[in-house]
Amino acid sequence: MDMSFSPEEIAFRDEVRAFIADNYPQELRDLKTRGDMTKEQILMWHRILYKKGWIAPHWPVEYGGTGWSITQRYIWNEECARAETTPLLPFGLSMVGPVIYTFGNEEQKKRFLPGILSGDDWWCQGYSEPGAGSDLASLRTKAVREGDHYIINGSKTWTTLAQHADWMFCLAKTDPDAKAQDAISFFLIDMKTPGITVRPIITMDGGHEVNEVFLEDVKVPAENLIGEENKGWTYAKFLLGNERSGIAGVARSKKAIERLKNIAKAELVDGEPLLDQEEFSTKISEVEIDLTALEFTELRTLAAESKGQGPGPESSILKIKGTEIQQRITELTLEAVGHYGFVYAPHGHERTGNEYVPGPEYAAGQSQNYFNMRKTAIYGGSNEIQHNIIAKMVLGL
Amino acid sequence: MDFSFSEEQTLLRNTVQSFLQDKYDFDTRRKIVASDEGFRRDYWQQFAELGLLAAPFSEEMGGLGGGAIDTMIIMEEFGRHLVVEPFLETVVLAGGFLREGGSPAQQEELIPGIIGGEDIWTFAYAEPQGRYNLADLKTTAKKDGDGFVLNGYKCVVLAAPWADKLVVTARTSGGQRDRDGVTVFIVDKGADGVSTRDYPTVDGRRASEITFENVKLGADAVIGEVDKGLPLVEKVTDQAIAALSAEAIGGMKELNEATVEYCKTRKQFGVPIGKFQVLQHRMVDMFMAYEQSVSMTYMVNLKVEEEEAERKKAASGAKVQIGKAGRFVGQQAVQLHGGMGMTDELSVGHYFKRLTMIDTQFGNVDHHLKRYSSAA
Ligand SMILES: Cc1cc2nc3c(=O)[nH]c(=O)nc-3n(C[C@H](O)[C@H](O)[C@H](O)COP(=O)(O)OP(=O)(O)OC[C@H]3O[C@@H](n4cnc5c(N)ncnc54)[C@H](O)[C@@H]3O)c2cc1C
Repeated sequence: MDMSFSPEEIAFRDEVRAFIADNYPQELRDLKTRGDMTKEQILMWHRILYKKGWIAPHWPVEYGGTGWSITQRYIWNEECARAETTPLLPFGLSMVGPVIYTFGNEEQKKRFLPGILSGDDWWCQGYSEPGAGSDLASLRTKAVREGDHYIINGSKTWTTLAQHADWMFCLAKTDPDAKAQDAISFFLIDMKTPGITVRPIITMDGGHEVNEVFLEDVKVPAENLIGEENKGWTYAKFLLGNERSGIAGVARSKKAIERLKNIAKAELVDGEPLLDQEEFSTKISEVEIDLTALEFTELRTLAAESKGQGPGPESSILKIKGTEIQQRITELTLEAVGHYGFVYAPHGHERTGNEYVPGPEYAAGQSQNYFNMRKTAIYGGSNEIQHNIIAKMVLGL
Repeated sequence: MDFSFSEEQTLLRNTVQSFLQDKYDFDTRRKIVASDEGFRRDYWQQFAELGLLAAPFSEEMGGLGGGAIDTMIIMEEFGRHLVVEPFLETVVLAGGFLREGGSPAQQEELIPGIIGGEDIWTFAYAEPQGRYNLADLKTTAKKDGDGFVLNGYKCVVLAAPWADKLVVTARTSGGQRDRDGVTVFIVDKGADGVSTRDYPTVDGRRASEITFENVKLGADAVIGEVDKGLPLVEKVTDQAIAALSAEAIGGMKELNEATVEYCKTRKQFGVPIGKFQVLQHRMVDMFMAYEQSVSMTYMVNLKVEEEEAERKKAASGAKVQIGKAGRFVGQQAVQLHGGMGMTDELSVGHYFKRLTMIDTQFGNVDHHLKRYSSAA
């Protein structure tokens, strides 16, 4: 057991910190939320890291990874969160990328990995359907083989940022007779293919983040099938495990607590900082302690992973606790801003230039952020489903 | 001991219910919120015609003499439909100030305009530095001949974009947070020196930031006693809390019903999700949170006329209950609806947002826990 950084690791941290300081674009520093960003802005930091060769630290070196140790990756995440760099989109780098290099053929690796790394291809996740959320295996989108193509029909929903996507990885049924888990295949679909329609879904915070995607006689070349036909469920679950651990967001939550404390310092109760009110500072301490526990749980998981174990069902702990903590922080932040929580801050797509958003800058959009973050207990497999997984797979109930 | 409603009260509830069922379905409400003005003036007139704006005023004042319980009934039904029209601001708050503290002349002059639906009012009290402390005021009113000159800034004044008249708190003497030295004024929104900037709120309403710059007020603009306004402000805001509690239970009731219904019909893994025991227990907890909130709402509305210490405890106790319950019910209603709960399309998120903001209005859970403890 050892927690301290070696001199080499400290040198690495300094290098990383300096790189971010020198290269993170001013244009992005001036922005507040991803909701306000253009497609190019969302990709800006991605492209800079790609050029540097640091875009995919968690990938094997042969496919473009950095070869960093667990500790280095931990340092990297900490430094990014510390500098509040724009989070990288997970759909290519953390979701479909690892599926492709693990289960795809040489041709597919050559064709798709470079675009994921460079950011030239924007991916979206076509799993959920109106009738298939928690029970993902009950999905009904169908793919029928016709010569060297599949014809795909069905609809996907809640597809995050599909409005910008070039590609979608998509689950579809290829065997109408088999039991669900043996009937699903994993496809890569070019979003420009005729027959695909994307329609926005506006969430309660007013943002446009998710979409419906309709597929009508969409012709997908057979070479875009990953692995074997009817084995897609295996790949899909592999991906979900990675998605879950990615949602924990420990380093980002640390930063969010720091921001919360700054807000609570500025807000006054009877002339004294809110942060000095015992009932409020106690609540911050509680969430901070929860986060410390989660941080060490994550480090234990990572350490086990580096020895070749996992990520097993333990990733469900990271997902549940990580999202509970994120939600709690946004709730406390909303509480901290007091009356100005009422103010509606228009999203990028609603702006006309004449909006008036009163109150301190730190208050803007905090209630909407709180509303929006309710999603984290729903997506990536709802927190109820994660409880079921732990009960069954870990406790053997 | 009797918790049943009188015939008149049941009639009142039926009147409100049938109006809202006909004219305030969720789609209509969405259009109202999106409209330029943000509320329906013609509905406001109809509220007047139905007697809703007269309900809590005594018969001597031209009202129907219903008191807190009638207000509770109206607010609960409004809560069920997420009504945005400024009943709380005009009738409960401004009406409350005039009822509790107004001179006979003020009552005679101003209450008819409220009852008749001609005048819309709101209460401008919050200041950025003051948080939930009603006495923490930088806004000042300085003596000027017979009258006063008002200067200062009020933040997040709900319904102000629609209002003709404002009830404003200002410091007339003492230090920034002294209990003494607070005075309540009537200010015409159109008066010289009053400027407003309007914006939408996250719960579908409108609000303004208001600046007062050398606004001249006559001696007759004072409600109640000069320098002795704080007890009046506390009394009226406690009445508003009683009314808000009723609005909150209306919202929770709708959320609970919608959630139970959804869990009976939404199928995953081949069964309605309501079959999963963890969700059943969650819905039972939501139901209990609602029932406890109903109890606290009845309690506070029955005790809102009691002496000060008793009233404060009742109001703060109710506010803590609805703050906690509203948060739990709102969050879980979203959670149990899954992705659908996150959408703008479904009403669930809109109830959740309103319940969230009710916790902020007139002080959140922490604020009222403290106030309760110091009153106890
Ligand atoms: C903002 C957002 C972004 C998303 N992005 C994507 C995306 O990019 N791509 C994609 O494919 N999907 C995406 N999703 C979809 C997400 O994965 C689903 O919403 C999630 O799987 C839940 O499914 P559902 O919404 O159909 O809810 P349901 O499955 O209908 O669940 C409703 C409720 O029932 C509970 N429940 C269901 N089954 C059980 C059980 N067995 N035991 C106990 N409780 C149960 C759930 O926990 C939930 O509370 C996104 C969702 C959101 C909200």
